[in-house]
Amino acid sequence: MATPPAIEVSHVIKRFRLGVAQSQVGFPTYRTLRDSLKDMALWPLRQVGLMATPPPPPMFEALADVSLSIQPGEVVGLVGRNGAGKSTLLKILSRISRPSEGEVRMRGRVGSLLEVGTSFHPELTGRENIFLNGAILGMSRHEIRRKFDEIVEFSEVARFLDVPVKRYSSGMFIRLAFGVAAHLECDVLLIDEVLAVGDAAFQKKCLGHMSGPGLSGRTVFFVSHNMAALQSLCTRAIWLDRGRVVQDGPVADVVGAYLRTSFAPSRARSWATLADAPGNDEVRIKSARVLAPGGVTEGRLNIRTPLQFEIEFWNLKPGSALAVVFHLCNEQGTIVFRTVSIRDPNWHGKAFPRGLFRSVCEVPGDLLNDGTHFLEVLFRQNEGLIVYQNDQLLTIDIEDDAERRGSCHGDWPGAVRPDLAWRTEFLEPLS
Amino acid sequence: MSQPAPSDSSEFTVITAVRGWRHLDLAGLWRAREVLQFLSWRDLKVRYKQTLLGVAWALVQPVAMSLVFVYVLARYAQVPTGPWPYFLHVFTGMLPWTFFSTAISSAGNSVVASERVVTKVYFPRLCIPFAAVLAGLVDFVLGFFLLALLLLGFGVAPSWTILMLPIVVGLLVLAAMGLGSLLAALMVAYRDIRFVMPFLIQLMLFATPSIYLQTQAPADSRGGLRLLDFHPLDGLISGFRASVLGGPFPWVGVLLGGSLSIALFYFGCLYFRRVEDDFADII
Repeated sequence: MATPPAIEVSHVIKRFRLGVAQSQVGFPTYRTLRDSLKDMALWPLRQVGLMATPPPPPMFEALADVSLSIQPGEVVGLVGRNGAGKSTLLKILSRISRPSEGEVRMRGRVGSLLEVGTSFHPELTGRENIFLNGAILGMSRHEIRRKFDEIVEFSEVARFLDVPVKRYSSGMFIRLAFGVAAHLECDVLLIDEVLAVGDAAFQKKCLGHMSGPGLSGRTVFFVSHNMAALQSLCTRAIWLDRGRVVQDGPVADVVGAYLRTSFAPSRARSWATLADAPGNDEVRIKSARVLAPGGVTEGRLNIRTPLQFEIEFWNLKPGSALAVVFHLCNEQGTIVFRTVSIRDPNWHGKAFPRGLFRSVCEVPGDLLNDGTHFLEVLFRQNEGLIVYQNDQLLTIDIEDDAERRGSCHGDWPGAVRPDLAWRTEFLEPLS
Repeated sequence: MSQPAPSDSSEFTVITAVRGWRHLDLAGLWRAREVLQFLSWRDLKVRYKQTLLGVAWALVQPVAMSLVFVYVLARYAQVPTGPWPYFLHVFTGMLPWTFFSTAISSAGNSVVASERVVTKVYFPRLCIPFAAVLAGLVDFVLGFFLLALLLLGFGVAPSWTILMLPIVVGLLVLAAMGLGSLLAALMVAYRDIRFVMPFLIQLMLFATPSIYLQTQAPADSRGGLRLLDFHPLDGLISGFRASVLGGPFPWVGVLLGGSLSIALFYFGCLYFRRVEDDFADII
């Protein structure tokens, strides 16, 4: 007999009431006391047909018939665009919000981390907050006491234990909050994008903790936009789009399909007017293109093709010293490289007047590996502050090249595939 | 919403879309008692941080209010005098009243104030208003020490009625929890309650004459029930005073007021439970 699933979601639907004024946005509106009193007063009239019943309010389906089942010990990732229903699903699983229809069955003690440090109180000290937060997450006093030293060591705040957390730096705050959460003992763990916090070193530590002893034997269901983390932690992934399960299977397949479909290849994009252009009060993007030699934006690109990343943008704040930053990411979500316009001889470090600018970055051939790549752009102002970021600027498909492969077959691992020089010499014969 | 599995020893959770009136689930609340303790401990710790007078504030309010009543009523109105000094009379009324009013107002605001926690972590939601009430109880105990000193000063010796004190206070706590939870649940859906509450509390102060008037009719005067006997707070406050100061114990008022308090507790919690699943969606 098969073991019963740890999480079983059957035909779950979640609807929200939409406000009339905000019907394009998926947010419920407040119902005022006046509405309720009016309804109450008019109820008898409506019952006898003297007054028409008002039409039901417009509803928005955040989850439209989701069914899935997760076996004990499985580590499953949930992917999807913003608004696909990922957080709604986790909220239902953690009993914060109730489904409109359907049923969820879970076996074992359920712990959920939808946000770390939610129940921290700024006035309380680190020590006090460990106990408070632990209790709210569902740990017993005894359990917290037993893990106290471990939590303190993990979060590296031993010196500041008796300082109110409002005096903590944001990094210390997050480390402590995550330290408490990471030591929660449970059979089923629900995690929503909590790894998106903290500095890189701490993220690595958390991932290590989670993929190591922290996760052993646990059923884990988690949402992340970090595809690399998902792929290293999960065996299986579920892709949610507009409240429905689109694909459910091995993590590599699902993540690949999600990235390909959600970011359809587009090597050139442009916006006609300033008003349509993506951006904000500081900068707006007029166009972005990936050019092959000769200024071509059509046709195929392979790993040998030298490329030009070109962006045209309006600077709207006179006098700010802008730097353009490109991130090239691969299908796994890893940043292959970052490049910043600090070697630009013309405008780097100078005050930009209001107006239209074009920046071009040269990427040599024989550098990138094959596969789908995503270009992100960031605008940095005065050597630091990021004023605008666009994560989904362009999608570039780079094909393999038979000549470069030689006699090797199969996937070519690595974030890049540079054409490096080799030399082998025969030194001496072996007698 | 959740039920223990009949055979499996580990926890088993079923989440369904069923809505409506549900039982109180006092067992679930009991399992979450540590959350309740920690929440009220937090409220206490935080309340007087960065204040100059600290916990002394717990005493300032009932004392100041009593002085105001003594000054105004004794000077400008004819207050029938009882067996005790008038200040003692007012203070024994003002102490439970201060507890009750701060408890329902902080409990009423508690769920909306915990918005972040409510939308991100699950635990039995009734812990939130209950913790607010329990934190208020600590101030009440402090005030009670002051009262004990005053009794010593005035030379009032406790009589057998002091035995009724825990029962009266318990009923008062139940009434505060019931009304506080009801207000908290209503406030999530209707922010109007935020404006209604201070007003309601002021009205209640004046509608509870036993705080500042000596209304205790001798048991034999009329025999019948008065409207005031059905006022839960009035009965309980007379009961509190009688158990501290001695004198005839207002059985009728405490009995009726107590039953109404229990009913209020039950109804308040049931209503809270009925709507608690929607908190995260509408808060």
